Amino acid sequence: MLNAVLFYFFAVLAVASAILMVTRRNIIHGAVFLITTLLATAGIFLQLQAEFLFVVQIILYVGGIMVLFVFVIMLVDLDLSLHLVQFNRQRFVAGALALVLAAQVLGAFWVSRSSIGPGPAAVVAPQNTEAVGQALFGRYMLPFEIASILLLVAMIGAVVMGKRRI
Amino acid sequence: MLPIGNYLFLSFTLFTIGVIGVLTRRNVIVMLMSIELILNAVNINLIAFSRYWGGVDGQIFAIFVITDAAAEAAVGLGIILAFFRNRDTVLADEMDLLKW
Repeated sequence: MLNAVLFYFFAVLAVASAILMVTRRNIIHGAVFLITTLLATAGIFLQLQAEFLFVVQIILYVGGIMVLFVFVIMLVDLDLSLHLVQFNRQRFVAGALALVLAAQVLGAFWVSRSSIGPGPAAVVAPQNTEAVGQALFGRYMLPFEIASILLLVAMIGAVVMGKRRI
Repeated sequence: MLPIGNYLFLSFTLFTIGVIGVLTRRNVIVMLMSIELILNAVNINLIAFSRYWGGVDGQIFAIFVITDAAAEAAVGLGIILAFFRNRDTVLADEMDLLKW
């Protein structure tokens, strides 16, 4: 019961602020609504008993990536684009195409509805962070190192992009 | 945990909103934020299935997705800043240098 209440609270919060994020005229408001969506998603993670991902989501997404976004929004000129049309010329075609994609996914749900039943009685490891750490530094060691190289490349790319003359 | 269909449907809804945001907005920053929303919807899916099967593999993949999102945000915002300094715009339909 409490599980269901928590899930629906966070789900409604996430979807409502996602819609507001896409439709708001002011980008700063959009960024704040995206932060709300990400926090609500973190709540969903906690409700799924993924505590490590809950903390990572808040620290990295909300504390890192979104601060970067807000920083860049402050650096580019806001006032100019406030008075312009917010959606591009192909918006109706693009919206219709997105809805076609959504209908396809819904069709896939409908076709496979019998196989997404209650599922196996899953046993959750009580120490989530410990289990994640052992998997990350055990079986997933090579992907982990590759991800660190990816971060290094991204860091160099961001520094190069931030140079005065490019 | 609730039946997994609930999580899939939530993830699907967020994904669709993100796709609509990427396709219809003019501002490149909002398009990047919509991409973050899409990646986030994928994470919900991964973690719901990880809980469904009782392992942590889905959570590991979600960590990699978050890493990817951070790298993409850093480079993407760097490109946007460089472009804004050179061309003075952040609107996608004014970025038409390659159009003849």
